Amino acid sequence: MAIATKKNTNSELYAHYALMRRIRTFEERVGELFVLGQSAGSMLHLSIGEESAAVGVCSAMNEGDSFTTHHRGHGIFLARGADPSRMMAEIAGKETGYCSGKGGSMHIADMGLGHLGANAIVGGGIPAIVGAGLSARQKNSGAVSVGFFGDGATGQGILYESMNMAALWGLPVLFVCINNQYGMGTRIDRATANTKLHERAAAFGLAALTVDGLDVEDVVDASRRLIEGARKGKPAFLAIDCYRFYGHARKDKSPYRDEAEEVQGRQKDPVLKAREKLIATDIMNEDSLNALDAKIDVEMDATVDFAIGEKQPALTSMFKDVYDPSQPEPEPVRTRINRILARQ
Amino acid sequence: MEITYREALRLALIDEMNANEDVIILGEEVGRYGGAYGVTKDLIKQFGSDRIIDTPISEAAIVGTAVGAAMTGLRPVAELMYVDFIGMTMDQLANQAAKIRYMFGGQIGVPMVLRTQGGTGRSAGAQHSQSLEAYVMHTPGLRLAMPATVTDAYHMLRQAMQQPDPVVFIEHKGLYTMKGELDVDKATAPWGKAKVVREGDDLVIVTYSRQLHYALAASEELAKSGIEATVIDLRTLNPLDFETILPYVKRAGRAMVVTESVLTAGVAAELGARISEECFDYLEDPVVRVAGEDIPISVSPLLEKNSVPTPELIIETARMMLA
Repeated sequence: MAIATKKNTNSELYAHYALMRRIRTFEERVGELFVLGQSAGSMLHLSIGEESAAVGVCSAMNEGDSFTTHHRGHGIFLARGADPSRMMAEIAGKETGYCSGKGGSMHIADMGLGHLGANAIVGGGIPAIVGAGLSARQKNSGAVSVGFFGDGATGQGILYESMNMAALWGLPVLFVCINNQYGMGTRIDRATANTKLHERAAAFGLAALTVDGLDVEDVVDASRRLIEGARKGKPAFLAIDCYRFYGHARKDKSPYRDEAEEVQGRQKDPVLKAREKLIATDIMNEDSLNALDAKIDVEMDATVDFAIGEKQPALTSMFKDVYDPSQPEPEPVRTRINRILARQ
Repeated sequence: MEITYREALRLALIDEMNANEDVIILGEEVGRYGGAYGVTKDLIKQFGSDRIIDTPISEAAIVGTAVGAAMTGLRPVAELMYVDFIGMTMDQLANQAAKIRYMFGGQIGVPMVLRTQGGTGRSAGAQHSQSLEAYVMHTPGLRLAMPATVTDAYHMLRQAMQQPDPVVFIEHKGLYTMKGELDVDKATAPWGKAKVVREGDDLVIVTYSRQLHYALAASEELAKSGIEATVIDLRTLNPLDFETILPYVKRAGRAMVVTESVLTAGVAAELGARISEECFDYLEDPVVRVAGEDIPISVSPLLEKNSVPTPELIIETARMMLA
C-alpha cells in the first residue's frame, strides 16, 4: 500500500513532533522492559505527558551546552541526541549502557552530549550547572548550562542557593522546572503555598517565565528567548506546566488522585496537540504521521531487544571507577578475609 | 625557610594557581576578608575576583558548584570555613562528588579539593571544634588528607590540587600559627604514604594531624623512663597506607591509635580493627584507642582540653601497656 506521505518534513514542528513521539514510545518501552522483568529494578520514572518540556528546551540548546536532569530525565537525554538503545541497555543495567550498567535510569550521563548526569536526589544536580556556568565564563566558551528538575525540587534549599549564586554572578545558566503537578504522591498545592513558581525565581533576580507545556512551540519560543539571554549573562528560570500521566514510578498506581483528575490532566497532551496542529495546518496528514509513528515503534522495539540481548557487566568491573584508573582499586572484602585468615 | 602552617598553605595555593590557570578558589570570605583563618589572605589582589570567588553563605551550593566546575574543566578549591558545617554539604559531597565517577561508569572524575579545618583549641564550642573526618572516611570515592606539619601543609595541598579525584583536606585550627621548616622543592613523602616520624621498639603510636605533636611530645617524655615509641603520621586517611604501619606493629607487638575524633565508630575504631585483624598473632596487648570522648566539645578551656587526647593521656596509656 502506498502511503500518501505529506509534506513538509523540513517543518520544525514536524521535527518536534517526531522527537516527542520517540520519547513517548521510548518511555512506553521502558515500562514494557519492567513488565518483562528485564529492567534493573523498578525505579523507573516516566516522563509521559512532559515531552514538550524536553523537546522545547533542548531544541533551543546548542552543541557544547551542558545540562543535568532529575530522576525523570529520559526524555531530556533523548532530546539532546542520546542513542535510545544504549539508554535502554543502561536502564537494564547492562555493560553497553551509557554508564556500563552502574548508573541506570536515575544516574544516566554522557559527557560527549554534555549530560552532566541525572540525579536520584531531588535538587541534587542543580548546583552543578552553576559550576558549569563558572567554567563557561572562565573559559569564555559561550556554553549555557541547563538544570532540569521537577516541581518537587522547589522544596529544596539547594535550588535557592543555586539561583542566588547564578543571579549574583550573572552566569550563563537556565533553571528549568518541569512542573508535572506532583512530587511523588503530593500535588503541588499541598506542598507549596505559592504555586506561581516563576515568581520565586524572579525574586532572585532571574529572568523568569511560566509556560504552558501543551504546545511545544510555546516552550520552544520561551526557551529560545531565555537561553539567548542566559548566553549573554542573564541567567533565567523557566517553569513548564504539564501533567504526569502515570504514577511516580512503575509500581505506583496513583491512589492519591482520582480518575476524573487524571482524565482531565491527560487532556494536556503535547504529542497529540502537535499532531493536531500538523494536520490542521496541512503540514502533514494522518497517514504520514501514522507511518512515522510505526517507524518509531520499530525503532523503539529494537531498543528493548538490544537491551535484553546485552551482557551484564563483568563482576570485576565492580571495583573499577571508584577512583581514577591510575589508582589502586579497593580490596574486595573476600580477598581481605582470605588474606587475614590465611596467616598461618 | 621557616614559615607557619598557615603561610605554607597559602603558598601552596599561590604556587598551584600560578602553575595551573584552571585553579579557582571559592568559598565564604576567601576573597576580600582573606579567609576566616587567613589562608587566602590577599590572594584576590594577586589573582582577581574571577579566580578568588567570594560566595554567599551557602555551603551546599559552594560544594555543588565546585562539583560542576570540576566536571567542566576547572580545578576548584572550595573552602568550608569549619568542618562542622560539613553536614550542610553532605549531599553534594557524598552523593554527588564521591559517586559521579562510579555512577557514570568511569566517564569523568571530579577533581576538586574541599579545604576545611577542624579540631579543638580555640574555645570555639560544640559547633566549631569537631573532628569529623570519619564522616568523610566513611564515603568511598573521597580522598582525605590531614596534614600535621608545615612541610606537609604545603606539599600535600599542592598534591591534593593535582589529584584526579575529590579530596577533602582538613587542616587543624590549632596548627595555623605553628612554625616549621619548608623546603618547597622536596616533599617528605609521596601522596598517600604514611611517614614514620620516630622509631622505637616498645610500641607504635599511629596518629595524624595535631595529635602527631602530642604523640611526639609524649614519646620524648616516655623515652626518659626507657619506653621507646614508634610514631607514625598517616598524613592521608584515604588513601590509607597500612603497609607502612604493619612491620612496626609486628616488631613492637603493641599499638595505640591516637585521634582527636570521637571514639565510637570513629577513625580510631577502623584503624584499631585493621591492626587487630592484620597483626593478630603479633600483639601482646589489645590495640588501644586513645580518642576524643563521646561528648560534644565545651567552650570552657578546661573541659575542651580534656575532651580530646592530651600528651598526658598518651603517656599514661603507654605506661599501662608497658607495665
